[in-house]
Amino acid sequence: MSVDTATVAKIAALARIKVSEAELGAMVPELNGILAWVEQLAEVDVSGVEPMTAVIENHLRLRADVIDPDPLTGGGKRDAVLANAPAALDGFYGVPKVIE
Amino acid sequence: MMADLTDLGVAAIRDGVAQGTFSALEVAEAFNANVAAAGALNAFIVTTPELAIAAAKSTDARRIKGEALGLMGGVPIGMKDLFATKGVQTTAASHMLEGFIPEYESAVSQKLWDAGAGMLGKLNLDQFAMGSSNETSYFGNVISPWRRKDGGNAAMAPGGSSGGSSTAVSARLAPAATGTDTGGSIRQPAAFTGISGIKPTYGRCSRWGIVAFASSLDQAGPMARDVGDCAIMLEAMAGFDPKDATSLDMAVPRWEAGLNADLRGKKVGVPIEYRMDGMDPDVAASWDQGIAWLKDAGAEIVEISLPHTKYALPAYYIIAPAEASSNLARYDGVRYGLRELPDGAGLQDMYAATRAAGFGPEVKRRILIGTYVLSAGFYDAYYTQAQKVRTLISRDFAEAFTKCDVILAPTAPTAAFGLGEKSDDPLAMYLNDVFAVPASLAGLPAMSVPAGLNREGLPLGLQIIGRPFDEQGVLNAGLAIEARAGFVARPERWW
Repeated sequence: MSVDTATVAKIAALARIKVSEAELGAMVPELNGILAWVEQLAEVDVSGVEPMTAVIENHLRLRADVIDPDPLTGGGKRDAVLANAPAALDGFYGVPKVIE
Repeated sequence: MMADLTDLGVAAIRDGVAQGTFSALEVAEAFNANVAAAGALNAFIVTTPELAIAAAKSTDARRIKGEALGLMGGVPIGMKDLFATKGVQTTAASHMLEGFIPEYESAVSQKLWDAGAGMLGKLNLDQFAMGSSNETSYFGNVISPWRRKDGGNAAMAPGGSSGGSSTAVSARLAPAATGTDTGGSIRQPAAFTGISGIKPTYGRCSRWGIVAFASSLDQAGPMARDVGDCAIMLEAMAGFDPKDATSLDMAVPRWEAGLNADLRGKKVGVPIEYRMDGMDPDVAASWDQGIAWLKDAGAEIVEISLPHTKYALPAYYIIAPAEASSNLARYDGVRYGLRELPDGAGLQDMYAATRAAGFGPEVKRRILIGTYVLSAGFYDAYYTQAQKVRTLISRDFAEAFTKCDVILAPTAPTAAFGLGEKSDDPLAMYLNDVFAVPASLAGLPAMSVPAGLNREGLPLGLQIIGRPFDEQGVLNAGLAIEARAGFVARPERWW
Protein backbone atom coordinates (compact mmCIF):
# COMPACT_ATOMS: atom_id res chain seq x y z
CA MET A 1 0.00 0.00 0.00
CA SER A 2 1.30 3.44 -0.75
CA VAL A 3 0.17 6.90 0.26
CA ASP A 4 -0.43 9.99 -1.87
CA THR A 5 -0.35 13.66 -0.96
CA ALA A 6 -4.03 13.71 0.02
CA THR A 7 -3.58 10.70 2.33
CA VAL A 8 -0.55 12.20 4.03
CA ALA A 9 -2.46 15.46 4.49
CA LYS A 10 -5.28 13.49 6.10
CA ILE A 11 -2.90 11.60 8.42
CA ALA A 12 -1.26 14.87 9.41
CA ALA A 13 -4.67 16.33 10.20
CA LEU A 14 -5.52 13.27 12.32
CA ALA A 15 -2.18 13.66 14.12
CA ARG A 16 -2.85 17.39 14.62
CA ILE A 17 0.36 18.45 12.89
CA LYS A 18 0.21 21.37 10.50
CA VAL A 19 2.28 20.65 7.39
CA SER A 20 3.05 22.95 4.48
CA GLU A 21 2.64 21.90 0.85
CA ALA A 22 6.42 21.70 0.53
CA GLU A 23 6.69 19.45 3.60
CA LEU A 24 3.92 17.22 2.26
CA GLY A 25 5.79 16.81 -1.01
CA ALA A 26 8.91 15.68 0.84
CA MET A 27 7.03 13.38 3.21
CA VAL A 28 5.17 11.34 0.60
CA PRO A 29 8.22 9.53 -0.85
CA GLU A 30 9.77 9.13 2.62
CA LEU A 31 6.67 7.54 4.08
CA ASN A 32 6.23 5.37 0.99
CA GLY A 33 9.80 4.16 1.35
CA ILE A 34 9.17 3.12 4.93
CA LEU A 35 5.76 1.58 4.18
CA ALA A 36 7.15 -0.41 1.24
CA TRP A 37 9.85 -1.76 3.54
CA VAL A 38 7.50 -2.78 6.39
CA GLU A 39 5.26 -4.44 3.79
CA GLN A 40 7.50 -7.54 3.98
CA LEU A 41 5.70 -8.44 7.23
CA ALA A 42 2.75 -9.56 5.11
CA GLU A 43 4.75 -12.59 3.93
CA VAL A 44 4.97 -14.03 7.48
CA ASP A 45 2.55 -16.86 8.15
CA VAL A 46 0.78 -15.80 11.34
CA SER A 47 -2.13 -18.24 11.22
CA GLY A 48 -3.09 -19.21 14.75
CA VAL A 49 -0.73 -16.65 16.28
CA GLU A 50 -2.09 -14.25 18.87
CA PRO A 51 -0.88 -10.66 18.70
CA MET A 52 1.42 -9.85 21.61
CA THR A 53 -0.20 -7.88 24.39
CA ALA A 54 2.39 -8.17 27.17
CA VAL A 55 6.06 -8.68 26.48
CA ILE A 56 6.79 -10.03 29.97
CA GLU A 57 3.97 -11.86 31.73
CA ASN A 58 2.75 -9.63 34.51
CA HIS A 59 -0.42 -9.26 36.51
CA LEU A 60 -2.29 -6.02 36.68
CA ARG A 61 -2.55 -4.92 40.25
CA LEU A 62 -5.31 -3.08 42.02
CA ARG A 63 -4.14 -0.19 44.10
CA ALA A 64 -5.24 0.16 47.70
CA ASP A 65 -8.79 1.53 47.84
CA VAL A 66 -7.85 4.63 49.76
CA ILE A 67 -7.60 8.29 48.86
CA ASP A 68 -4.12 9.34 47.70
CA PRO A 69 -2.36 6.01 48.31
CA ASP A 70 0.80 7.57 46.89
CA PRO A 71 1.45 11.20 47.67
CA LEU A 72 3.30 11.58 44.33
CA THR A 73 0.27 10.68 42.26
CA GLY A 74 -2.56 11.74 44.56
CA GLY A 75 -4.70 14.83 44.37
CA GLY A 76 -4.47 18.27 45.85
CA LYS A 77 -1.69 19.37 43.50
CA ARG A 78 -3.35 22.06 41.44
CA ASP A 79 -0.50 24.53 41.51
CA ALA A 80 2.12 21.90 40.70
CA VAL A 81 -0.02 20.60 37.84
CA LEU A 82 -0.42 24.08 36.41
CA ALA A 83 3.16 25.16 37.01
CA ASN A 84 4.29 24.39 33.45
CA ALA A 85 1.09 25.37 31.65
CA PRO A 86 1.80 27.93 28.94
CA ALA A 87 -1.32 29.96 29.86
CA ALA A 88 -2.60 29.06 33.32
CA LEU A 89 -5.25 31.45 34.58
CA ASP A 90 -7.12 31.56 37.88
CA GLY A 91 -6.32 27.93 38.63
CA PHE A 92 -7.33 26.68 35.18
CA TYR A 93 -5.67 25.88 31.86
CA GLY A 94 -6.23 28.74 29.45
CA VAL A 95 -7.14 27.86 25.86
CA PRO A 96 -8.40 29.87 22.88
CA LYS A 97 -12.15 30.43 22.86
CA VAL A 98 -13.92 27.32 21.54
CA ILE A 99 -17.57 28.47 21.79
CA GLU A 100 -18.71 31.48 19.77
CA MET B 1 49.50 13.47 43.77
CA MET B 2 46.98 10.75 43.09
CA ALA B 3 45.93 9.63 39.65
CA ASP B 4 43.27 11.63 37.85
CA LEU B 5 40.01 10.96 39.67
CA THR B 6 38.11 11.14 36.38
CA ASP B 7 39.89 7.96 35.26
CA LEU B 8 38.01 6.09 37.99
CA GLY B 9 34.78 4.20 37.51
CA VAL B 10 31.78 3.73 39.80
CA ALA B 11 33.21 1.00 42.03
CA ALA B 12 36.58 2.73 42.44
CA ILE B 13 34.95 6.04 43.34
CA ARG B 14 32.46 4.49 45.73
CA ASP B 15 35.15 2.45 47.48
CA GLY B 16 37.69 5.29 47.53
CA VAL B 17 35.17 7.67 49.07
CA ALA B 18 34.05 5.07 51.61
CA GLN B 19 37.68 4.41 52.60
CA GLY B 20 38.56 8.09 52.74
CA THR B 21 41.23 7.83 50.02
CA PHE B 22 39.65 10.95 48.54
CA SER B 23 36.49 12.89 49.23
CA ALA B 24 33.30 12.85 47.21
CA LEU B 25 33.75 16.60 46.84
CA GLU B 26 37.12 16.14 45.12
CA VAL B 27 35.51 13.66 42.74
CA ALA B 28 32.59 15.95 41.92
CA GLU B 29 34.92 18.89 41.32
CA ALA B 30 37.13 16.84 39.01
CA PHE B 31 34.19 15.70 36.88
CA ASN B 32 32.59 19.15 36.93
CA ALA B 33 35.86 20.51 35.50
CA ASN B 34 35.86 17.91 32.71
CA VAL B 35 32.24 18.70 31.90
CA ALA B 36 32.95 22.42 31.79
CA ALA B 37 35.89 21.88 29.42
CA ALA B 38 33.96 19.66 27.01
CA GLY B 39 31.45 22.06 25.52
CA ALA B 40 32.67 21.10 22.03
CA LEU B 41 31.16 17.62 22.46
CA ASN B 42 27.70 19.06 23.21
CA ALA B 43 26.99 16.09 25.47
CA PHE B 44 24.96 18.08 28.00
CA ILE B 45 21.84 20.16 27.48
CA VAL B 46 22.17 21.67 30.95
CA THR B 47 24.95 21.20 33.46
CA THR B 48 24.26 21.14 37.20
CA PRO B 49 27.67 21.39 38.90
CA GLU B 50 26.01 22.75 42.04
CA LEU B 51 23.88 19.60 42.38
CA ALA B 52 26.94 17.36 41.99
CA ILE B 53 28.71 19.39 44.69
CA ALA B 54 25.72 19.33 47.04
CA ALA B 55 25.34 15.55 46.73
CA ALA B 56 29.08 15.09 47.28
CA LYS B 57 29.07 17.25 50.41
CA SER B 58 26.15 15.27 51.74
CA THR B 59 28.03 12.01 51.14
CA ASP B 60 31.17 13.38 52.80
CA ALA B 61 29.11 14.52 55.81
CA ARG B 62 27.49 11.11 56.13
CA ARG B 63 30.89 9.46 56.05
CA ILE B 64 32.13 11.63 58.92
CA LYS B 65 29.06 10.62 60.91
CA GLY B 66 29.76 6.96 60.12
CA GLU B 67 26.54 6.49 58.15
CA ALA B 68 26.10 4.12 55.22
CA LEU B 69 26.89 5.89 51.93
CA GLY B 70 24.71 3.84 49.60
CA LEU B 71 25.38 1.76 46.50
CA MET B 72 26.45 4.84 44.53
CA GLY B 73 27.75 6.91 47.46
CA GLY B 74 29.89 9.77 46.18
CA VAL B 75 29.49 8.90 42.48
CA PRO B 76 28.50 11.81 40.23
CA ILE B 77 26.59 10.74 37.13
CA GLY B 78 25.07 12.14 33.96
CA MET B 79 21.29 11.90 33.61
CA LYS B 80 19.79 11.39 30.15
CA ASP B 81 17.44 14.30 29.57
CA LEU B 82 14.53 11.91 29.20
CA PHE B 83 14.21 11.48 32.98
CA ALA B 84 12.11 14.08 34.78
CA THR B 85 14.25 15.85 37.35
CA LYS B 86 12.51 18.09 39.84
CA GLY B 87 13.49 21.70 39.37
CA VAL B 88 15.85 20.97 36.47
CA GLN B 89 14.78 21.45 32.84
CA THR B 90 13.72 18.20 31.17
CA THR B 91 13.37 18.43 27.39
CA ALA B 92 13.69 15.01 25.73
CA ALA B 93 15.96 17.11 23.44
CA SER B 94 12.85 18.69 21.93
CA HIS B 95 11.72 22.24 21.30
CA MET B 96 8.32 21.05 22.54
CA LEU B 97 9.61 20.66 26.09
CA GLU B 98 12.17 23.45 26.08
CA GLY B 99 11.83 25.24 29.41
CA PHE B 100 9.81 22.44 31.01
CA ILE B 101 10.76 22.25 34.70
CA PRO B 102 9.25 19.13 36.25
CA GLU B 103 7.52 19.37 39.60
CA TYR B 104 8.46 15.79 40.35
CA GLU B 105 11.41 13.40 40.15
CA SER B 106 11.42 10.25 38.01
CA ALA B 107 11.42 6.99 39.98
CA VAL B 108 14.79 5.87 38.59
CA SER B 109 16.61 9.16 39.18
CA GLN B 110 15.18 9.33 42.71
CA LYS B 111 16.55 5.86 43.41
CA LEU B 112 19.98 6.95 42.20
CA TRP B 113 19.98 10.03 44.44
CA ASP B 114 18.79 7.88 47.34
CA ALA B 115 21.76 5.58 46.63
CA GLY B 116 24.17 8.49 47.07
CA ALA B 117 24.73 9.55 43.45
CA GLY B 118 24.87 13.21 42.40
CA MET B 119 23.91 14.85 39.13
CA LEU B 120 26.47 16.47 36.81
CA GLY B 121 23.80 17.54 34.34
CA LYS B 122 21.16 16.50 31.83
CA LEU B 123 22.52 14.66 28.81
CA ASN B 124 21.68 15.32 25.20
CA LEU B 125 19.90 12.63 23.18
CA ASP B 126 17.96 12.10 20.00
CA GLN B 127 14.71 14.03 20.13
CA PHE B 128 12.16 12.00 22.15
CA ALA B 129 14.78 9.20 21.95
CA MET B 130 14.04 8.74 18.24
CA GLY B 131 17.29 8.25 16.40
CA SER B 132 20.47 6.21 16.21
CA SER B 133 23.10 8.94 15.86
CA ASN B 134 22.03 11.79 18.14
CA GLU B 135 21.41 13.96 15.07
CA THR B 136 17.73 14.61 15.79
CA SER B 137 18.24 16.66 18.98
CA TYR B 138 16.79 20.16 18.93
CA PHE B 139 19.88 21.18 20.90
CA GLY B 140 22.36 20.09 18.25
CA ASN B 141 24.38 16.99 17.48
CA VAL B 142 26.42 15.29 20.15
CA ILE B 143 29.93 14.67 18.84
CA SER B 144 31.69 11.46 19.75
CA PRO B 145 35.09 11.90 21.37
CA TRP B 146 36.34 9.15 19.03
CA ARG B 147 37.88 9.87 15.67
CA ARG B 148 38.93 7.65 12.82
CA LYS B 149 42.60 6.80 12.82
CA ASP B 150 42.96 8.24 9.30
CA GLY B 151 44.44 11.53 10.45
CA GLY B 152 41.24 13.36 9.52
CA ASN B 153 39.00 15.00 12.03
CA ALA B 154 35.55 14.02 10.74
CA ALA B 155 32.98 14.33 13.55
CA MET B 156 31.73 10.86 14.44
CA ALA B 157 28.27 9.86 15.65
CA PRO B 158 28.15 8.81 19.33
CA GLY B 159 25.22 6.51 18.55
CA GLY B 160 21.69 7.10 19.69
CA SER B 161 19.47 7.77 21.23
CA SER B 162 21.64 7.86 24.38
CA GLY B 163 24.44 9.74 22.57
CA GLY B 164 25.08 12.29 25.30
CA SER B 165 25.39 9.42 27.78
CA SER B 166 27.84 7.46 25.62
CA THR B 167 29.96 10.52 24.89
CA ALA B 168 30.02 11.65 28.52
CA VAL B 169 31.18 8.26 29.80
CA SER B 170 33.75 7.58 27.07
CA ALA B 171 35.19 11.13 27.29
CA ARG B 172 35.53 10.90 31.10
CA LEU B 173 32.95 13.61 31.72
CA ALA B 174 31.09 11.16 33.98
CA PRO B 175 31.98 7.77 35.41
CA ALA B 176 28.51 6.53 34.44
CA ALA B 177 25.24 7.77 33.00
CA THR B 178 21.66 6.68 32.68
CA GLY B 179 20.36 5.54 29.33
CA THR B 180 17.06 4.32 28.00
CA ASP B 181 16.64 1.63 25.39
CA THR B 182 13.56 1.26 23.19
CA GLY B 183 15.21 -0.49 20.24
CA GLY B 184 18.91 -0.36 21.02
CA SER B 185 19.38 3.13 22.47
CA ILE B 186 21.67 1.96 25.28
CA ARG B 187 23.54 -0.81 23.47
CA GLN B 188 24.31 0.81 20.10
CA PRO B 189 25.76 4.05 21.56
CA ALA B 190 27.73 2.00 24.10
CA ALA B 191 29.20 -0.04 21.23
CA PHE B 192 30.02 3.10 19.21
CA THR B 193 32.01 4.64 22.06
CA GLY B 194 33.78 1.68 23.65
CA ILE B 195 31.79 1.51 26.89
CA SER B 196 29.40 -0.98 28.51
CA GLY B 197 25.65 -0.67 28.85
CA ILE B 198 22.81 -2.96 29.84
CA LYS B 199 19.12 -2.87 29.09
CA PRO B 200 17.50 -5.01 31.78
CA THR B 201 14.40 -7.17 31.42
CA TYR B 202 11.36 -5.06 30.53
CA GLY B 203 9.80 -3.97 33.83
CA ARG B 204 12.96 -4.05 35.98
CA CYS B 205 13.28 -0.26 36.04
CA SER B 206 10.26 1.93 36.61
CA ARG B 207 9.17 4.00 33.64
CA TRP B 208 7.49 6.53 35.93
CA GLY B 209 8.86 9.95 35.11
CA ILE B 210 10.62 8.91 31.89
CA VAL B 211 9.32 10.83 28.88
CA ALA B 212 7.44 8.10 27.02
CA PHE B 213 8.37 6.99 23.50
CA ALA B 214 7.04 3.43 23.01
CA SER B 215 5.75 2.18 26.34
CA SER B 216 5.86 -1.56 25.63
CA LEU B 217 9.55 -1.26 24.74
CA ASP B 218 11.02 1.61 26.80
CA GLN B 219 13.41 0.47 29.51
CA ALA B 220 16.06 2.33 31.47
CA GLY B 221 19.54 1.04 32.20
CA PRO B 222 23.08 2.09 33.11
CA MET B 223 25.96 3.02 30.82
CA ALA B 224 29.42 2.84 32.37
CA ARG B 225 33.03 1.97 31.69
CA ASP B 226 32.85 -1.66 32.68
CA VAL B 227 30.54 -4.53 33.46
CA GLY B 228 30.98 -4.32 37.22
CA ASP B 229 29.99 -0.66 37.23
CA CYS B 230 26.89 -1.51 35.19
CA ALA B 231 25.96 -4.17 37.76
CA ILE B 232 26.26 -1.70 40.63
CA MET B 233 24.29 1.04 38.95
CA LEU B 234 21.57 -1.31 37.69
CA GLU B 235 21.08 -2.48 41.27
CA ALA B 236 20.54 1.14 42.26
CA MET B 237 18.12 1.83 39.40
CA ALA B 238 15.95 -1.31 39.45
CA GLY B 239 13.08 -2.23 41.71
CA PHE B 240 9.32 -2.49 41.95
CA ASP B 241 7.33 0.70 41.58
CA PRO B 242 3.55 0.63 42.01
CA LYS B 243 3.34 3.83 39.94
CA ASP B 244 4.30 1.87 36.79
CA ALA B 245 1.67 -0.72 35.83
CA THR B 246 4.28 -2.85 34.04
CA SER B 247 6.87 -2.72 36.84
CA LEU B 248 8.07 -6.16 37.91
CA ASP B 249 7.18 -6.97 41.50
CA MET B 250 10.38 -8.91 42.11
CA ALA B 251 13.30 -8.47 44.48
CA VAL B 252 16.36 -6.81 42.95
CA PRO B 253 19.15 -9.41 42.76
CA ARG B 254 22.58 -8.50 44.11
CA TRP B 255 24.15 -8.44 40.68
CA GLU B 256 27.49 -7.01 41.75
CA ALA B 257 28.01 -9.69 44.41
CA GLY B 258 26.95 -12.35 41.91
CA LEU B 259 29.48 -11.43 39.22
CA ASN B 260 31.36 -14.51 38.04
CA ALA B 261 33.27 -14.79 34.77
CA ASP B 262 33.61 -18.57 35.00
CA LEU B 263 31.22 -19.89 32.35
CA ARG B 264 31.90 -23.60 32.77
CA GLY B 265 28.64 -25.49 32.35
CA LYS B 266 27.03 -22.59 30.47
CA LYS B 267 25.89 -22.72 26.86
CA VAL B 268 26.26 -19.73 24.57
CA GLY B 269 24.00 -19.59 21.53
CA VAL B 270 25.20 -18.11 18.26
CA PRO B 271 22.23 -17.23 16.03
CA ILE B 272 22.83 -18.23 12.40
CA GLU B 273 20.44 -15.59 11.07
CA TYR B 274 22.56 -12.77 12.49
CA ARG B 275 25.43 -13.68 10.16
CA MET B 276 24.12 -11.63 7.29
CA ASP B 277 25.31 -11.36 3.71
CA GLY B 278 27.79 -8.57 3.22
CA MET B 279 28.51 -8.32 6.93
CA ASP B 280 31.26 -5.87 7.85
CA PRO B 281 34.40 -8.05 8.02
CA ASP B 282 35.69 -6.35 11.18
CA VAL B 283 32.34 -6.91 12.90
CA ALA B 284 32.32 -10.56 11.79
CA ALA B 285 35.89 -11.02 13.05
CA SER B 286 35.07 -9.46 16.41
CA TRP B 287 32.08 -11.78 16.74
CA ASP B 288 34.31 -14.80 16.04
CA GLN B 289 36.77 -13.49 18.60
CA GLY B 290 33.95 -13.19 21.14
CA ILE B 291 32.96 -16.80 20.51
CA ALA B 292 36.56 -17.86 21.14
CA TRP B 293 36.70 -15.81 24.35
CA LEU B 294 33.53 -17.35 25.75
CA LYS B 295 34.81 -20.83 24.85
CA ASP B 296 37.98 -19.94 26.74
CA ALA B 297 35.81 -18.93 29.72
CA GLY B 298 34.49 -22.49 29.79
CA ALA B 299 31.24 -22.09 27.88
CA GLU B 300 29.97 -24.52 25.30
CA ILE B 301 29.08 -22.82 22.01
CA VAL B 302 25.91 -23.95 20.28
CA GLU B 303 24.41 -22.84 17.01
CA ILE B 304 20.85 -21.59 17.38
CA SER B 305 18.19 -20.31 15.01
CA LEU B 306 16.03 -17.21 15.41
CA PRO B 307 14.05 -17.64 12.18
CA HIS B 308 12.05 -14.39 12.31
CA THR B 309 15.07 -12.14 12.79
CA LYS B 310 14.66 -10.34 9.46
CA TYR B 311 11.14 -9.27 10.40
CA ALA B 312 12.08 -7.73 13.75
CA LEU B 313 13.10 -4.35 12.39
CA PRO B 314 10.03 -3.81 10.19
CA ALA B 315 7.78 -4.96 13.06
CA TYR B 316 9.55 -2.50 15.34
CA TYR B 317 9.02 0.33 12.88
CA ILE B 318 5.28 -0.28 13.05
CA ILE B 319 4.94 -0.93 16.78
CA ALA B 320 7.23 1.83 18.07
CA PRO B 321 5.76 4.61 15.88
CA ALA B 322 2.22 3.41 16.70
CA GLU B 323 2.90 3.71 20.41
CA ALA B 324 4.75 6.99 19.89
CA SER B 325 1.88 8.54 17.98
CA SER B 326 -0.37 7.72 20.91
CA ASN B 327 2.08 8.79 23.64
CA LEU B 328 3.00 12.05 21.95
CA ALA B 329 -0.64 13.06 21.59
CA ARG B 330 -0.22 14.62 25.04
CA TYR B 331 1.80 17.53 23.62
CA ASP B 332 -1.04 19.88 22.89
CA GLY B 333 0.15 23.33 23.94
CA VAL B 334 -2.28 23.33 26.85
CA ARG B 335 -0.83 21.52 29.85
CA TYR B 336 2.91 21.98 29.55
CA GLY B 337 5.56 22.69 26.98
CA LEU B 338 5.43 24.84 23.89
CA ARG B 339 2.34 26.73 22.74
CA GLU B 340 2.05 28.25 19.26
CA LEU B 341 -1.02 30.44 18.97
CA PRO B 342 -1.21 32.17 15.58
CA ASP B 343 -3.40 35.27 15.43
CA GLY B 344 -7.06 34.35 15.40
CA ALA B 345 -6.31 30.64 15.83
CA GLY B 346 -8.88 28.34 17.40
CA LEU B 347 -8.11 25.39 19.63
CA GLN B 348 -7.56 22.89 16.79
CA ASP B 349 -5.32 25.36 14.93
CA MET B 350 -3.34 25.86 18.11
CA TYR B 351 -2.78 22.10 18.51
CA ALA B 352 -1.61 21.77 14.91
CA ALA B 353 0.62 24.84 14.99
CA THR B 354 2.13 23.84 18.34
CA ARG B 355 2.92 20.33 17.17
CA ALA B 356 4.30 21.59 13.85
CA ALA B 357 6.70 23.92 15.66
CA GLY B 358 7.53 21.66 18.61
CA PHE B 359 8.44 18.38 16.87
CA GLY B 360 11.46 17.81 14.61
CA PRO B 361 11.29 15.98 11.25
CA GLU B 362 12.07 12.47 12.55
CA VAL B 363 9.49 12.78 15.34
CA LYS B 364 6.87 13.95 12.84
CA ARG B 365 7.77 11.11 10.50
CA ARG B 366 7.22 8.55 13.23
CA ILE B 367 4.00 10.13 14.48
CA LEU B 368 2.63 10.09 10.93
CA ILE B 369 3.64 6.46 10.34
CA GLY B 370 2.11 5.53 13.68
CA THR B 371 -1.09 7.43 12.97
CA TYR B 372 -1.35 5.73 9.59
CA VAL B 373 -0.83 2.16 10.81
CA LEU B 374 -3.39 2.66 13.57
CA SER B 375 -5.98 4.31 11.34
CA ALA B 376 -9.25 2.67 10.37
CA GLY B 377 -8.79 0.17 7.55
CA PHE B 378 -5.06 -0.29 8.09
CA TYR B 379 -4.89 -1.35 11.75
CA ASP B 380 -5.08 -5.11 11.11
CA ALA B 381 -2.83 -5.14 8.07
CA TYR B 382 -0.06 -3.26 9.83
CA TYR B 383 -0.40 -3.07 13.60
CA THR B 384 -2.05 -6.40 14.38
CA GLN B 385 0.23 -8.17 11.91
CA ALA B 386 3.28 -6.59 13.55
CA GLN B 387 2.11 -7.65 17.01
CA LYS B 388 1.66 -11.22 15.75
CA VAL B 389 5.16 -11.17 14.30
CA ARG B 390 6.33 -9.86 17.66
CA THR B 391 4.83 -12.97 19.28
CA LEU B 392 6.77 -15.13 16.82
CA ILE B 393 10.02 -13.28 17.55
CA SER B 394 9.48 -13.80 21.26
CA ARG B 395 8.81 -17.50 20.65
CA ASP B 396 12.04 -17.78 18.64
CA PHE B 397 13.95 -16.63 21.70
CA ALA B 398 12.03 -18.90 24.07
CA GLU B 399 12.84 -21.85 21.81
CA ALA B 400 16.51 -20.82 21.58
CA PHE B 401 16.78 -20.57 25.35
CA THR B 402 15.88 -24.26 25.65
CA LYS B 403 19.27 -24.88 23.99
CA CYS B 404 21.45 -22.16 25.49
CA ASP B 405 21.78 -19.85 28.50
CA VAL B 406 22.80 -16.64 26.73
CA ILE B 407 23.11 -15.50 23.14
CA LEU B 408 26.17 -13.78 21.65
CA ALA B 409 25.88 -11.43 18.68
CA PRO B 410 27.34 -8.17 17.44
CA THR B 411 25.71 -5.06 18.92
CA ALA B 412 25.60 -3.08 15.68
CA PRO B 413 26.29 -3.90 12.03
CA THR B 414 29.15 -1.38 11.81
CA ALA B 415 31.34 0.80 13.97
CA ALA B 416 30.42 4.47 14.35
CA PHE B 417 29.78 6.43 11.17
CA GLY B 418 30.42 10.09 10.55
CA LEU B 419 27.79 12.67 11.43
CA GLY B 420 25.73 13.42 8.34
CA GLU B 421 26.63 10.19 6.56
CA LYS B 422 23.24 8.56 7.13
CA SER B 423 20.97 11.36 8.25
CA ASP B 424 19.38 11.81 4.80
CA ASP B 425 18.15 8.23 4.61
CA PRO B 426 15.78 7.10 7.38
CA LEU B 427 15.91 3.44 6.36
CA ALA B 428 19.71 3.31 6.34
CA MET B 429 19.63 4.83 9.83
CA TYR B 430 17.03 2.33 11.07
CA LEU B 431 19.26 -0.58 9.96
CA ASN B 432 21.73 0.36 12.70
CA ASP B 433 19.49 -1.38 15.19
CA VAL B 434 19.06 -4.62 13.24
CA PHE B 435 20.83 -6.70 15.94
CA ALA B 436 19.48 -4.72 18.90
CA VAL B 437 15.76 -4.58 18.14
CA PRO B 438 14.86 -8.31 18.42
CA ALA B 439 15.76 -8.44 22.14
CA SER B 440 13.76 -5.24 22.69
CA LEU B 441 10.68 -6.71 21.05
CA ALA B 442 10.99 -9.74 23.33
CA GLY B 443 11.64 -7.66 26.46
CA LEU B 444 14.89 -9.51 27.16
CA PRO B 445 17.92 -8.28 29.11
CA ALA B 446 20.77 -7.45 26.74
CA MET B 447 24.07 -5.66 27.07
CA SER B 448 26.91 -4.39 24.95
CA VAL B 449 30.54 -4.67 26.01
CA PRO B 450 33.58 -3.34 24.15
CA ALA B 451 35.36 -6.01 22.11
CA GLY B 452 38.12 -4.11 20.34
CA LEU B 453 38.82 -1.58 17.62
CA ASN B 454 38.16 -1.92 13.92
CA ARG B 455 40.73 -1.11 11.23
CA GLU B 456 39.74 2.58 11.46
CA GLY B 457 40.54 2.64 15.18
CA LEU B 458 36.87 2.82 16.20
CA PRO B 459 35.32 0.67 18.95
CA LEU B 460 33.21 -2.40 18.26
CA GLY B 461 30.78 -3.90 20.75
CA LEU B 462 29.57 -7.42 21.40
CA GLN B 463 26.03 -8.04 22.55
CA ILE B 464 24.87 -10.62 25.07
CA ILE B 465 21.16 -11.41 25.26
CA GLY B 466 19.72 -13.36 28.18
CA ARG B 467 16.56 -15.04 29.37
CA PRO B 468 13.91 -12.89 31.03
CA PHE B 469 15.13 -11.84 34.51
CA ASP B 470 18.62 -13.28 33.93
CA GLU B 471 20.60 -10.06 34.00
CA GLN B 472 23.15 -11.98 36.05
CA GLY B 473 23.85 -14.40 33.22
CA VAL B 474 24.19 -11.49 30.80
CA LEU B 475 26.55 -9.58 33.10
CA ASN B 476 28.65 -12.69 33.74
CA ALA B 477 29.14 -13.40 30.05
CA GLY B 478 29.92 -9.71 29.58
CA LEU B 479 32.52 -9.95 32.32
CA ALA B 480 34.10 -13.00 30.66
CA ILE B 481 34.46 -11.02 27.42
CA GLU B 482 35.72 -7.95 29.24
CA ALA B 483 38.41 -9.97 31.04
CA ARG B 484 39.71 -11.33 27.74
CA ALA B 485 39.24 -8.31 25.49
CA GLY B 486 41.46 -6.18 27.72
CA PHE B 487 39.90 -3.13 26.12
CA VAL B 488 41.86 -0.10 27.32
CA ALA B 489 41.63 2.10 24.22
CA ARG B 490 40.25 5.56 24.89
CA PRO B 491 39.71 8.60 22.73
CA GLU B 492 42.55 11.05 22.54
CA ARG B 493 41.49 14.37 23.92
CA TRP B 494 40.98 16.91 21.11
CA TRP B 495 38.13 18.95 22.59
